[in-house]
Amino acid sequence: MGQTIIEKIISHSVGAAVKPGDIVTVDVDRVMLDDIMMPFIIAKFQEMGFRKVWDPDRIVMIYDHLVPSSQIDDVRHYKAGDEFAREQGLTHVHRSDGVCHQLMTEAGYVKPGDVVFGTDSHTTTYGCVGAFATGIGYTEMAGILGTGNLWVKVPETIRVEINGELPEGVMSKDVILRLIGDLGADGATYRALEFTGDTVKAMSIASRMTMANMAIEAGAKCATFTPDEKTAEYCGIALDEFQKSLTGDADAVYLRTLSYRAEEFVPVMACPSQVDKIRDVSEVAGTPIDQVFIGSCTNGRLEDLQAAAKVLCGRKVAPFVKLIVTPVSRKVYEDAVRCGAIRTLLEAGAILTHPGCGLCCGRTGGILCDGERVVATNNRNFLGRMGTSKVEIYLASPETAAACAVAGKIISSRELE
Amino acid sequence: MGMTIAEKIIALAAGVPEVKAGDIHTVTLDRMMSNDGTTHLTVDMYHNKLSHPRVADPGKMVFIVDHNVPSDSPKTAASQKKMRDFAREHGIDFWEGKGVCHQIMMEHYVCPGELIFGADSHTCTYGALGAFGTGVGCTDLLYGMVTGTSWVLVPETIKFNLTGKLREGVYPRDLMLTIIGTIGANGANYQVMEFCGDGAKTLSVNDRMVLCNLSVEAGAKTAIFEADEIALQWLKERGREPKAVLHSDPDASYVREYTFDLSKIEPVVAKPDFVDALAPATEVCGTHIDEAFLGSCNNGRIDELRVGAAILKGRKVCDHVRFLVVPASQEVYLQALEEGLIETFMESGAIVMNPNCSVCWGSCQGVIGENEVLISTGTRNFKGRAGHPSSKVYLASAATVTASAVRGEICTADML
Amino acid sequence: MEKFTGRVWLLGDDIDTDIIIPTEYLAMKTIEDMKVYGFSPLRPELAAQIRPGDIIVAGKNFGCGSSREQAPEVVKALGIRCVIAKSFARIFFRNAINNGLLLIEQPDLYDDMKEGDTITVTVNEHVEYQGRQYPIASLPDNLVEILNAGGLVKAMRRRNGLDAEE
Repeated sequence: MGQTIIEKIISHSVGAAVKPGDIVTVDVDRVMLDDIMMPFIIAKFQEMGFRKVWDPDRIVMIYDHLVPSSQIDDVRHYKAGDEFAREQGLTHVHRSDGVCHQLMTEAGYVKPGDVVFGTDSHTTTYGCVGAFATGIGYTEMAGILGTGNLWVKVPETIRVEINGELPEGVMSKDVILRLIGDLGADGATYRALEFTGDTVKAMSIASRMTMANMAIEAGAKCATFTPDEKTAEYCGIALDEFQKSLTGDADAVYLRTLSYRAEEFVPVMACPSQVDKIRDVSEVAGTPIDQVFIGSCTNGRLEDLQAAAKVLCGRKVAPFVKLIVTPVSRKVYEDAVRCGAIRTLLEAGAILTHPGCGLCCGRTGGILCDGERVVATNNRNFLGRMGTSKVEIYLASPETAAACAVAGKIISSRELE
Repeated sequence: MGMTIAEKIIALAAGVPEVKAGDIHTVTLDRMMSNDGTTHLTVDMYHNKLSHPRVADPGKMVFIVDHNVPSDSPKTAASQKKMRDFAREHGIDFWEGKGVCHQIMMEHYVCPGELIFGADSHTCTYGALGAFGTGVGCTDLLYGMVTGTSWVLVPETIKFNLTGKLREGVYPRDLMLTIIGTIGANGANYQVMEFCGDGAKTLSVNDRMVLCNLSVEAGAKTAIFEADEIALQWLKERGREPKAVLHSDPDASYVREYTFDLSKIEPVVAKPDFVDALAPATEVCGTHIDEAFLGSCNNGRIDELRVGAAILKGRKVCDHVRFLVVPASQEVYLQALEEGLIETFMESGAIVMNPNCSVCWGSCQGVIGENEVLISTGTRNFKGRAGHPSSKVYLASAATVTASAVRGEICTADML
Repeated sequence: MEKFTGRVWLLGDDIDTDIIIPTEYLAMKTIEDMKVYGFSPLRPELAAQIRPGDIIVAGKNFGCGSSREQAPEVVKALGIRCVIAKSFARIFFRNAINNGLLLIEQPDLYDDMKEGDTITVTVNEHVEYQGRQYPIASLPDNLVEILNAGGLVKAMRRRNGLDAEE
């Protein structure tokens, strides 16, 4: 019988064919621990009575939510991580290299077909290279550190097929936002999203990352893309037979299939304060804004910065409006310096910060106050996420966000003079 | 009776032919600067304490958001919004996220001969261009904003004769820390530090800013250099004209005189928790550090970034050190970008932040924790200034700070 | 079967983890430090009003968003006996079970419920409210095992020979 991508990965991991609903224990290929959870993970690990981690090489520690430190206690998290790394002989430690979800694939820790868990909900991002990746809490992470495995329930799969060519001014962010709107914020809870179709094939890995990243906003356990030649190049590997097989079989069973024509997508926004409150940009156009944020593990990559730079080239950020740009990683920052995107953004008036989670997670980096309105390229517009509960957050693509920064109000890049 | 530069500037602003130390004069201010440290308080007083609120001349006002950029809390954001809204309503020049206030002022506003009030203690920086800049509280600033005038008590002037030339590997920062260590943290209380002599001619405007900026750490009301051809050339390149080019008269009266031979200056540090706790850098070598900071209105300009990048090129920041590099302004950042310095910093593992005050004033970037040690090119090392009350801050030059970031403990650049 | 009664706090759909405990407070040293900020973006006064044994009844997708385990820990530390919702987000569900916080899915109760009223829960059977019984499902075996062990930490301690089997 045919299988979906996620069923194939879990079957491969446990060495037997699985079907949705099965509860199985998987061996873990890689785990990601982020700074904000660090002291909690370590405390649970010790409380559980473990002394040594199961495999130091499979553990990656990333400081990103609290970089740079903005409160006195933040450094406690680095110290806890550093001490644990020393004690356990962990060598994959990133202290200021960028957001965890970017680094996991960018630095080569995740390969197609891998089973990966992280202490952050956007761990679903690694589905962009065809891995099974999902977020867990710190207690389960502590358990994995000791045992190297975790139980999972094999999810049903929702197939999303998109064919055709995306119109000008529409990015993969618009696609995933529309999809979340159609599915609802809980429309894929406990399920896997499998993306397919020639539109998806034509997308860069970066664009796929944006979609896999936000799958969690529809409640999904994970998202998967079929690894292809772009994946192989990005990961710096040749795909093996198993990795090549990671495509949904024609006779696989899907919970449902959503089909889209790419030409029908338009620039959209998730309006305050639900990720599934999706409106065409034209419906909310003209709304005045105070700030724009371009960055995060959703949309802080080179192509995102370039899309913004293209809009901002020769233009200026509107007076009294702040544009904050946070490249997702050190590498992306460097690449954006080399290609001139950083210069363009700065000349337009952007405030450029060091790679980290900053504003997206609401710790620092442009927190807002009552009555302020922000257009942001990240993944959540929850109440109070970037300041008080009276801050309005609109989620959009980098191209739309850049256009809004220029206009000082909500607008699509197509309407910009 | 002759006058010093500072006295001549006050006389000009007071519209009188002559002033002398100890006089009190009403002066017309040439410019006023206020940043997000206190502007919200000024705006509150403007709205709540005045019966006839008005801004005398919005063209003389500059508002600069630099202390908490980007904002780290709703409270900060609300203060900045108050400032932004006021600037918009009154047509006041407004800068946000473009750099530390004093750097912005130097790049875009300050002219020789001007009398400038800033609601920040390091306003004394402007003496590098032969202007009289001094820090005031927000009440004084409000009075100036509403009336366009203020009163000043004419300060005495101390003369600092600089001779010789700094040796390779020794920087104006080492010189100024040495001067403060020599005269003490209150050594120039309410006085003007006037720098002159052949040694002064060897210093660029950038170098002079380093000296003037830290004068408040010796208690000075301000510090000043004569606007010579170096300063005037710098100004011309920026398309500005001096208000007045003033020189101290040969018979001007000085309260004290010091001579510093630049060639004798060594790399130094200011030890915790006092700016005048001077020590040769070699004395504290080997001290473990957790964080290093290259930036601030004192030491975050292109010269210092060049020094830092040259040391870092081909090297890595030590694993356990967080090395924050914060250009003093967007202009400085773009120049560093042009010269490839930003790439060098990024490749070495530094944390390159947006231009702002950063950990120099212990705000939202690089706050240090319990018992941590920071080595910094910032302006102050007061107890707890950069974070936890138990933390320690050493002040040193860009070279010493960068070298220490590589080594993971305090060392001088020649030890790498 | 275990049975308990409690006063109800009524919350809506999509109560996300940032509402349950904002990121701002996540790096505090202990859950006790954090818990006073529970639900603060939505109802700043709520954390102080909750009494041990109270029950939260909510709409769909409770706990959506982040994987922060501080969220169920805060709910538990506030003294909430159990959360009954139309549905739960996946990571929150796992985190709650691993910390011994009981979650119950019930599709209809929320729509009928009024805040401040009391309900009686008979675990694995039904919820009783104003004389009406709302059926609830029982948990899968593997989760019951974790709950029976007293949470994942205790299960692991047992595995590592630190605690004896009961």
